Amino acid sequence: MSELALLLIRLAFLAVLWFFVIAAVGVIRTDLFGPRTAPSANPRKLPTKPAKNIPAKPKRGEPRQMVVTGGPLQGTIINLTEQPITIGRATDSTLVLSDDYASSRHAQLFPQDGQWIVEDLGSTNGTYLDRSKVTRPTPVPLGTPIRIGKTVIELRK
Amino acid sequence: MTTAPVAEAPAVPMTAKRRGAQLIMLAFAIVVVMGAYASVGLGIDGQIPSGTFTYGLGLAVLMFAAYGVLAKWAPWADPLLLPLVTLLNGIGLVFIYRIEQTGQAGASATNQLMWTALGVVMFSATLIVLKDHRTLQRLTYTMGALGLLLLIMPLLPVIGEDVNGANIWIKIGPLTYQPAEMAKMALVIFFAGYLVAKRDVLALAGRRLFFIDLPRVRDLGPVLITWGLSLGVLVLQKDLGSSLLVFGTFIAMLYIATQRTSWVLIGVLLFVGGAVLAGQLFGHVQDRFEVWLDPGNPEFYSRELGGSEQLMQGLFAMGSGGILGTGLGQGFPREIPLSFSDFIIAVVGEELGLTGLMAILMVYALIVERGLRTALAARDPFTKLLAGGLSFLLAWQVFIIVGGVTRLIPLTGLVTPFLSAGGSALLTNWILIALLVRMSDAARRPPPQAIQNEGLTQVFTR
Repeated sequence: MSELALLLIRLAFLAVLWFFVIAAVGVIRTDLFGPRTAPSANPRKLPTKPAKNIPAKPKRGEPRQMVVTGGPLQGTIINLTEQPITIGRATDSTLVLSDDYASSRHAQLFPQDGQWIVEDLGSTNGTYLDRSKVTRPTPVPLGTPIRIGKTVIELRK
Repeated sequence: MTTAPVAEAPAVPMTAKRRGAQLIMLAFAIVVVMGAYASVGLGIDGQIPSGTFTYGLGLAVLMFAAYGVLAKWAPWADPLLLPLVTLLNGIGLVFIYRIEQTGQAGASATNQLMWTALGVVMFSATLIVLKDHRTLQRLTYTMGALGLLLLIMPLLPVIGEDVNGANIWIKIGPLTYQPAEMAKMALVIFFAGYLVAKRDVLALAGRRLFFIDLPRVRDLGPVLITWGLSLGVLVLQKDLGSSLLVFGTFIAMLYIATQRTSWVLIGVLLFVGGAVLAGQLFGHVQDRFEVWLDPGNPEFYSRELGGSEQLMQGLFAMGSGGILGTGLGQGFPREIPLSFSDFIIAVVGEELGLTGLMAILMVYALIVERGLRTALAARDPFTKLLAGGLSFLLAWQVFIIVGGVTRLIPLTGLVTPFLSAGGSALLTNWILIALLVRMSDAARRPPPQAIQNEGLTQVFTR
């Protein structure tokens, strides 16, 4: 076996070894950089920029905004669209809470037949609509406080 | 009644099983290992060794069997753990085979393959038997007692065995076993269960002095007990590695549980103080320090037991390897005493060079990253602590042995996980990986969906 061939084998093996490491990193790249698709994967920016595609003018009596009225994020306003709103500690939630009492996927709000429905996603400490614990998807009246950990939100026109 | 068909799936990326990626990576790892075998043969005598296909095939059969068990009993498990471990175990087999070719006594690739098979059996058994790792939380104190018992076993008169000046083996009939390996894992389980129960008081009580939060004096109990235990191991069994490993892991888990820097400070101070004191009082600890600080000294080099020959030969080997290495099968691992167990990292450094050694360390880092990621994703504190603790145990062990071989810290007799020859360690590490796989399965499994379509429920009336 010639020196040159051995050298090439040696370099090739090192290259393959590193290729393995890089391939392994490729498998978990979603951990590091987030999913490749879904450019709107960072919905935290939503509150700051106005929603451009408000479909049709909402009918009278329908909520247009979700307002955080209590807790560390007090004052945050999210414009309601047709998209469901997820709330929790997970960074991909629409409303990201940094609250020890909130679960990573705590609750979600979604529109249905002109109403917004709140649903608890199996959270540890529960979601409260006004005073009662949300055990099943429940319609949210305007101005009724929803409490998640230290955060209170309500829907407004 | 109106049906309530509900919301489209929330726009969050759910974790996927990634079976395909796992299979491809597994096959890739086995191809790399077979390439390494072939390369060793080409390097030694210019032909592909006959063992390439038998060893390669043996490894492939074992690992795909492990994959089958994983796919059936832990389908949501992390896709990378098994391929990464396969690569390390396979590379270890190749290097042991390579050292066996030089005729060094004690290296046996066939033995190692047999132990690998047993390891895979233990891995599968753990996954099949342990449906929910949280049952371990109920065994907290049992595990603590078991860990202690395993630690002191080598000191017992009949079964204890003294090898190379360290009292860490037990011998039952023809079989020898290092119970400390299993003890480490039992202790990590104990620490996790204990800290879940006690972390609030350890985290919150205390007062602030200057810039760190000091705990109350009476809460120092557990730290002091673990410290005493690890010093006992150090002094009675002359096993610096296990001592450092157990204490370091406890401190890390304490930090994970309480987020308090002061525990780390207290731990480091205690251990350094204890080690220095032990160095003054006991000869064998002092020898280790001398050898570490001045390995080139001819007096230390030629010392019969605990001399610096091994360390120096390892350093020479890595030096001659350089950046790209001498090539597989073309180094001189025979020069290093015990190159197949404690010093396998030096052989890797010689034949694959810095580049290859870094790749191997990256694979370790990735395994640890997957473990810590599991800890982050886990939903209950016990899982978080156990996954974090086991990952740290692995990382810390690699650090201690690689640091020792490269003379960053005093050399201690620890095995390199999955690479070194040695059945006890291999078995234990496969069980450790099985626990991580079990926990990552639980952490990545999507939570049960709330029943949303009550409207569709049909009520039959009679």
